[in-house]
Amino acid sequence: METLLNDFSPGLFIVQTVLLIAIIALMVKFAWKPIINSLNERETGIQEALAAAERAKADMQNLQADNDRMLQEARAEREAMLKEAREIKEKMIADSKEQAKIEGDKMIKQAQATIESEKKAAVAELKSQVAELSVSIAEKVIKEELSGKDKQLKLVEKMLGDIKLN
Amino acid sequence: MYYSKNDYFCANFQEHNFFDKEIMKEVSKVVKNLVLFIAIVSSLQGFAFSEGQDEGAVKGSERVNEYIQHHIKDSHDFHLFSYTNSQGERKHVGFPLPVILWSSNGLVTFMSSEFHHDDNGEVIVERNGSKFVKLHSKIYELEEGATTVNFDEEHHATNAQKVLDFSITKSVFGILLVGLFMLLAFSSLARQYKNKSVPTGFGRVLEPLVIYVRDEIAKPNIGEKKYRQFTGYLLTVFFFIWILNLLGLTPFGFNVTGQVAVTAALAIFTLIIYTVSGNKDYWMHMLWMPGVPVLIRPVLAIIELAGAFLIKPFSLLVRLFANITAGHIVFMSLIAIMFVFKETLGTAGATGLSVFLSVLILIIEILVAFLQAYIFTMLSALFIGMAVAEHDHEHHHDVEGHEMPDEEDVRADFI
Repeated sequence: METLLNDFSPGLFIVQTVLLIAIIALMVKFAWKPIINSLNERETGIQEALAAAERAKADMQNLQADNDRMLQEARAEREAMLKEAREIKEKMIADSKEQAKIEGDKMIKQAQATIESEKKAAVAELKSQVAELSVSIAEKVIKEELSGKDKQLKLVEKMLGDIKLN
Repeated sequence: MYYSKNDYFCANFQEHNFFDKEIMKEVSKVVKNLVLFIAIVSSLQGFAFSEGQDEGAVKGSERVNEYIQHHIKDSHDFHLFSYTNSQGERKHVGFPLPVILWSSNGLVTFMSSEFHHDDNGEVIVERNGSKFVKLHSKIYELEEGATTVNFDEEHHATNAQKVLDFSITKSVFGILLVGLFMLLAFSSLARQYKNKSVPTGFGRVLEPLVIYVRDEIAKPNIGEKKYRQFTGYLLTVFFFIWILNLLGLTPFGFNVTGQVAVTAALAIFTLIIYTVSGNKDYWMHMLWMPGVPVLIRPVLAIIELAGAFLIKPFSLLVRLFANITAGHIVFMSLIAIMFVFKETLGTAGATGLSVFLSVLILIIEILVAFLQAYIFTMLSALFIGMAVAEHDHEHHHDVEGHEMPDEEDVRADFI
């Protein structure tokens, strides 16, 4: 203990105290403060970057899912559109067929009606001509028949005989 | 979680303390044995080597002892090595350092070369009407009228007083050197962060050390919230002690952290910091301990006060000083085997044994250099942590309604 006290140098103690204060002050100002600040900044930066990467990953996954879903939807839509188009096409063909059939039927009917009426007219014409012809023939025949007295009498008798038979 | 971590550190610390004590025990044992050995050997061999030649080369056990004693003291010049030339003259190689004294006649400065390497009070330097002599690495001012130093039986000077010595001694030189080195190294690291987020070169070595002190010493002991303001001090002290310890292992022979004045200053810094930053809880637990009978409280207060103001700083300063000094003594003693055992073991044997043991102890000393820096910083952080700890949690009560000590208070038991 005595040597310890004897070895203790008050001058060195004071010098050491002053120098230590200076070293601490200088080190804090020029070294520790910027170093610790940078380290802390870097650490929070790394943490944030990791969190951001995690978030980006999740976002990517969401995006992928969205894309898949949209693709699926688009495919389904295309399918639906194609199906619809096919249906429309078939419907149109069927419709036009129907229409054509109806129209054709109508035309045939009209034609038949026209033919009928033409036929009727022709028959009527024929009838009238035949009647005229028959009358003129009959006139000529009658004129012939009734040209003598005998003949007239014979006819009457015959007619009378017909009536009796009836 | 915070407390459990602290508990872990307590255990950790206990281990270190234990280890610390173990080392001390070992070291003191080794020193004792060695001194005994040297005494026996020298009594067998006689005093042939130390006879006559006063300033001769280091031979014989007494001169070895003297040399070691001289080395662990601070010195006023930077001595590298000595040799005896062909004319038989003793030559010293090194450089002088400025001596700055506060004498009875005011401030006095001169270079240490004025003493001509004298350490026995023979060379008298006269400045400003005062006469100065250097005696065992201390500068004394002669009383009025005295022309030579008179000694009493125990070789203490009777007609001279010690003066306040602000000299740039070898230790101060070492402190300045380390301070400059730290400032250059760490400010260059700090500058690196302006341009890049990961340092390169030497900074890459320093950065993990800074992170280590912050994450393993400051944060766990002081707490996540308050560690920031004390980190600067802890980092400075850690690197200061560590580098100086390592510097002490170089052949330049610095023994800065083995100077009581230096470790005392460091310990008092820690004392001031934890005393100034102590919160209400800290003072409350020190002066008027809750949860114990009122009559015991003043007794506890005395113990706590003694613990905070005497025991803690004293343990800090003595631990560092004793470890480093013991290390230096053991290391130098092992080197001295080379001279002391030359007769009994032969030159090759003595040299081989000396080198083998010195290398072993050097490896241990490199570990101790780090360990002591770590322990000093770690204990400083722990003391600060205890002073600023927030008792925001309720104290646990037992069945009778007495307060149970919480985990944090238990830490004090380990110190």
